[in-house]
Amino acid sequence: MTPAKRTFDVVVVGAGGAGLRAALQLSEAGLNVAVLSKVFPTRSHTVAAQGGIGAALGNMGEDSWLWHMYDTVKGSDWLGDQDTIEFMCREAPKLVYELEHFGMPFDRNENGTVYQRPFGGHSQNFGERPVQRSCCAADRTGHAMLHTLYQRNVRARTRFFVEWMALDLIRDASGQVLGVTALEMETGDVMILQAGATLFATGGAGRMFHSSTNAFINTGDGLGMAARAGIPLQDMEFYQFHPTGVYGAGILITEAVRGEGGYLLNKNGERFMERYAPNLKDLASRDVVSRAMATEIKEGRGAGPQGDHLMLKLDHLGPEVIDKRLPGIREISKKFANVDPVKDPIPVVPTAHYMMGSIPTNYRSEVIAPRGADKEATVPGFYAAGECACASVHGGNRLGTNSLTELLVFGKSAADSAIRFLKENPGQKELPKDAADRSLARLARLDNQKNGESVSEVGMEIRRTMQAHCGVFRFPDMLVKGVKKIHEIADRATRTQIKDKSRVFNTARIEALELENTIEAARATMVGAAARQESRGAHDRADFHKRDDVNWLKHTLWYKEGDRLDYRPVHMKPLTVRTIEPKVRTY
Amino acid sequence: MRFRIFRYDPDKDEKPTMRDYDVALDPHDRMLLDALVRIKEQDDSLSLRRSCREGVCGSDAMNINGRNGLACITKLSDLKEPVELRPLPGLPVIRDLIVDMTQFFKQYHSIKPYLINEDPPPEKERLQSPEEREELDGLYECILCACCSTSCPSFWWNPDKFVGPAGLLQAYRFIADSRDQAAGERLDNLEDPYRLFRCHSIMNCVDACPKNLNPTRAIGKIKELMVKRSV
Repeated sequence: MTPAKRTFDVVVVGAGGAGLRAALQLSEAGLNVAVLSKVFPTRSHTVAAQGGIGAALGNMGEDSWLWHMYDTVKGSDWLGDQDTIEFMCREAPKLVYELEHFGMPFDRNENGTVYQRPFGGHSQNFGERPVQRSCCAADRTGHAMLHTLYQRNVRARTRFFVEWMALDLIRDASGQVLGVTALEMETGDVMILQAGATLFATGGAGRMFHSSTNAFINTGDGLGMAARAGIPLQDMEFYQFHPTGVYGAGILITEAVRGEGGYLLNKNGERFMERYAPNLKDLASRDVVSRAMATEIKEGRGAGPQGDHLMLKLDHLGPEVIDKRLPGIREISKKFANVDPVKDPIPVVPTAHYMMGSIPTNYRSEVIAPRGADKEATVPGFYAAGECACASVHGGNRLGTNSLTELLVFGKSAADSAIRFLKENPGQKELPKDAADRSLARLARLDNQKNGESVSEVGMEIRRTMQAHCGVFRFPDMLVKGVKKIHEIADRATRTQIKDKSRVFNTARIEALELENTIEAARATMVGAAARQESRGAHDRADFHKRDDVNWLKHTLWYKEGDRLDYRPVHMKPLTVRTIEPKVRTY
Repeated sequence: MRFRIFRYDPDKDEKPTMRDYDVALDPHDRMLLDALVRIKEQDDSLSLRRSCREGVCGSDAMNINGRNGLACITKLSDLKEPVELRPLPGLPVIRDLIVDMTQFFKQYHSIKPYLINEDPPPEKERLQSPEEREELDGLYECILCACCSTSCPSFWWNPDKFVGPAGLLQAYRFIADSRDQAAGERLDNLEDPYRLFRCHSIMNCVDACPKNLNPTRAIGKIKELMVKRSV
């Protein structure tokens, strides 16, 4: 049976920050757009971003996009593409102003301009001293931004397909992307959404780790779809552990706490970051701070009866500052840590947070899939933005605030590129006869599976394995075992069984389909990590302790088919300025 | 811990039932959502919405022992057993704890929930003083979970005509924004026997809001503005 089909100019998959910014651009261009989302748009995980949007507005003192660019390149440990980084840092102020014009409730300075706070790794004059660059709305910046973008889309009459889960990409024999198959969750119906251009903004895969700041919906759906369609995933071994997740609960405590003057203590009450990063201290890059914390714990200076966490002190900021700038943190701490930060420090531990790698894209947000010697070849009709795209602005380690910056800049650039593509390639191409076959086979397999394992069991195995084998510190023997284990789990993931066979809002089925996506992200991460014989950014190998620019200044590409790895060069040449040459990275 | 949960699958059930579950909790299970995830491990057919699990996305609103709230920030230790869970009242049930929120969002959309300012935007940001910005505190934080509107009898009786506390809170969020130019139009849009004036200030919404917001106060401010402009 062939599913029903609908045709659009553009299908956007995902309605978080990147998807909504893209959708707005497309709707306002008068295109026929469908925006699919597993959840109502304002429930997307952008809503949980706290600290701010990085943009060199210079409202608090001198700043320049070039300094922002330098910080981002250095933060990436030189794995970031310098052309995309230049593009992002130059575009950022314009897009933040635009967001303000849309109605974003930014905090304000006395002179009426947008308030900006300090954040980790952001500096003035090429690393000299901290700069206030993070444009924020208290500690609810993501919430304010997501709602503002949704509201603007209401104004633009964007058409949403709410609680629709995209299942698979449709590509023709030439490799062009022609849309997606999708499942309407309320009815269980499958539909083909054909499109002249397809834009992924599906977010991250943080649910592949056991201890994660990420929402339940962050299951790497775009990555799974891309991988099954033969598109590589890039630099997946670079996974960010946020220094401050609530101990035991994993809920994010924003870096803005340290930006506003909070700091970390070990069990002796020592401000240990002074030893690891004498200049920026607690505002060093996240990979640096998380490693320092893990080292403190490993060397017996962790806090608590198990010595397995550290303390984040902010009571010295006073209740006024905390209630004004960090009200959400106070709420979270009380609820999830039984601590009122006005009085006591918050127990925190590095927690899986953000995927630097993903579907490779260029600064125009076109998806890259090398063809032979052409390592920059793009996939016609396919665009990606946000965490599901590896532009690669974050390289080996993302700076705080740059994720929201990325959503705005590349959400827009992906839409602009799609509009250009549609102008040059009007009309719809013919769909391949087997367009829906893969999705239908996946669903039929789930319906008919006997003697399989439960989705929650296999999911738990993925999360435990990733946490134990691919964490902040990585060991060669653990990685080798991890690859073997993750392959075994991938095999088990093809035999999951659900008891619920209802057509109506079958969340068991959704979770099973999500698991088939998460496992691809996990495989790519583990295999990439085992292969990369150096330490760079968030990837820290006990057996290769140094960054190795001679052999490893290159992007990893992982292909699902045969677990194949390939590599492509880092773009060291910016668009208009001089290359920022690699050097030793200290904070 | 014992739970009694509303179950209904239109695909196979003629009518809803309450089903009992006994769950062995882990010491790490702190919130109601943790328990629901465990129940779903036993019985994968239990359907509910959930996402952020920290009270900011607004997915897992439900009726908990007779009160609307978010499962992810409701502490298990605060709940009396058996914990009775039902879908949000007053909206059609799709399945189990999942309700059809179409009417709720329709009302939200009806208040034009976006900044209206027809001036050409300046090159940089529009200026707003910290005091003007403070007017938006307690308004912009709404997560659209619908705990308030579905605890409001006026919304139960007239979900098609009464905007409801969530929508009205957002209407005031834009009226109160120094950058918005459409206050008059927004008030016109609410000048109606039902849209605004079905609120009788019984404050169920305030009691239900998991973010400690106060829709009743916002509604009061809108009413004040209506009076002011009529004299």
